[in-house]
Amino acid sequence: MIALVPLVVLLPLLGAALALLFSRRPILQRAITVVVLAAVAVLAIVLLVEVDTGATLVMQVGGWPAPFGVSLVVDRLSALMLSISAIVLLAVLVFAIGQGLADGDQETPVSIYHPAYLVLAAGVFTAFIAGDLFNLYVGFEILLVASYVLITLGGTEPRIRAGTTYIVVSLLSSLLFLAAIAMLYGSTGTVNIAQLSERIADLPAEVQTLLHVMLLMGFGIKAAVFPLSFWLPDSYPTAPAPVTAVFAGLLTKVGVYAIIRTETILFPSPELNTALLIVALLTMVFGILGAIAQADIKRMLSYTLVSHIGYMMLGVGLGTAAGVAAAIFYTVHHIVVQTTLFLAAGLIERRGGTTSINSLGGLLKASPVVGILYFLPALNLGGIPPFSGFLGKLGLLQAAAAVGTPLAYTLIGAAVVVSLLTLYPLARTWNLAFWRPRSEVDNYESMITAELHDDPWADGSTTTRSLSGLMVGATTAMVCVSVGITLLAGPLYALSTRAGDDLQGTEQYVSSVLDPDPATDAEGAAP
Amino acid sequence: MTVSLGLLIPMAVLYACGVYLLLEKSITRVILGFLLIGNATNILLLITAGRPGSAPITDGSSDEPYSDPLPQALILTAIVITFAVSAFLMALVYRSWKLAREDALEPDAEDLAVARRAGASAEVPEGAYRDTDFETEDDPLEPSAAADDDEAAEAGSGTRG
Repeated sequence: MIALVPLVVLLPLLGAALALLFSRRPILQRAITVVVLAAVAVLAIVLLVEVDTGATLVMQVGGWPAPFGVSLVVDRLSALMLSISAIVLLAVLVFAIGQGLADGDQETPVSIYHPAYLVLAAGVFTAFIAGDLFNLYVGFEILLVASYVLITLGGTEPRIRAGTTYIVVSLLSSLLFLAAIAMLYGSTGTVNIAQLSERIADLPAEVQTLLHVMLLMGFGIKAAVFPLSFWLPDSYPTAPAPVTAVFAGLLTKVGVYAIIRTETILFPSPELNTALLIVALLTMVFGILGAIAQADIKRMLSYTLVSHIGYMMLGVGLGTAAGVAAAIFYTVHHIVVQTTLFLAAGLIERRGGTTSINSLGGLLKASPVVGILYFLPALNLGGIPPFSGFLGKLGLLQAAAAVGTPLAYTLIGAAVVVSLLTLYPLARTWNLAFWRPRSEVDNYESMITAELHDDPWADGSTTTRSLSGLMVGATTAMVCVSVGITLLAGPLYALSTRAGDDLQGTEQYVSSVLDPDPATDAEGAAP
Repeated sequence: MTVSLGLLIPMAVLYACGVYLLLEKSITRVILGFLLIGNATNILLLITAGRPGSAPITDGSSDEPYSDPLPQALILTAIVITFAVSAFLMALVYRSWKLAREDALEPDAEDLAVARRAGASAEVPEGAYRDTDFETEDDPLEPSAAADDDEAAEAGSGTRG
């Protein structure tokens, strides 16, 4: 079973190489990408079942024992994130293939899209199974370099502009992370996460704080936590719909995952929890205020993404097992819902020719399917019962109430208000784009559009294109997954709770990496 | 841990210069800044290897101390990553230059619109772009000048290359 662990990274990387070799055979290339990601999705679910019923899987690469070699660690949190990201990557890939087929591949140059997409997947998976801080850095770099290619796909002027902002900000966060690794190594003499966890506790308090803040800054930029989130709404919306969807769903969550690991394994002491909670509050509030001001659906969704990162920070900042468990459940829910909404925005763009709600109208009549595919995840994101968004928020609020400090209660209040405010831009989009008759779009006078202005540099083109079955199918599948998370919320929440419990107290993680039982050791030595 | 001043001072200087260049509006300078900070971080990694001067690695038969090989391995990885990313960034700058004839990073259109709506001045101060001009002293913000610029660039592109 342990031999499956490196396969989740190896398969996408080998697939990327194959896809690049066959860049002139589009059909073969698509087949390779789909098969590889489907295989990884199956593998990840097998790993999840295995890890949940058995022990944490630890692979020592090359047979070198733990503190010297590179460890790959799959515990419940890793396996859960692996499974959900593999499913999301597969669905978005099908959407992209549908869009490529319908457009004759003018918008997504097929020869580089598929290899870059697989490399991105490999980077995400590497980050999730890294048991070594430097390996985590390498995972981040793999996914970032692939994302640079994807965000500037086609090389049009707006994409180059947005891509440059994105790349420079990402580079800065990577350099911060690398400098933090150097300083951690200088002070502890190891980069193995389990060994770091043992040794950091012996460092002087000021050194600990410095290292902790540097790591959080590096991950905070990637996760788009409030003061470090400015880059996200500027760079995501210009990319093609499938790229934005996968970025919004996964890339920020890799940052959130790294923050969860930092807070639970590396620095379990509660010294920065108050700061994290305040940052969570600001992220929620400023994100949603930004979303309300936007006329463009993709930009509005980017701001709601930032806003909801605040909920995950809330769970992590509480520092309790219940808080971390709720944050994990909310992360899984949010990956699915945010990706689905961006895919739905892609469908709206094709059907209505634009993503500005000032110029959209009559979509419900024109395409009821798109209406349903937008409406369900929108309600879910807003946290309407009985959807998983409601359950995740309920878990977070219960965890916060259990802590019971005045700050925790302030956050409960803010989370409820932000949840209501989230409904406003989503419902406004529904009213204007779907319910408003097409004939009323010109000269439309209303209080809700008085302050909404379009992007002054938008080209204003409103070419509508037909929807392909694959695109609608992929989005429908994602909506089904989000409904599935709602239906299976009980077992999934129990799983998140077990994952959160695993992370409470570092002993379990440390002992499973550093003192593996002889059986796993022997298996690990023979790759 | 002994830290060599000979490494510490270059590291500090590289970081300082790198941060200064990263804050520039010209993308070329941002790349240079990124390269400097990347190298400064590599030196930081090298410093963590401890005292210089010991043997690179020994077979373990003598008690002689040898230097820690791990930071060197980390630096090698970091250099490869920095190299790949700077190559990509340079391609990006070239593309940006071909498209816009401008090395500066444009402010986000939506941000400008929001600033304008709020009544705040979104105008870029006079001469803000001047330090990035390549061939002309025309202010690229002036629409007419920019248009002339484009024509001149178009006309010149044949001879240039």
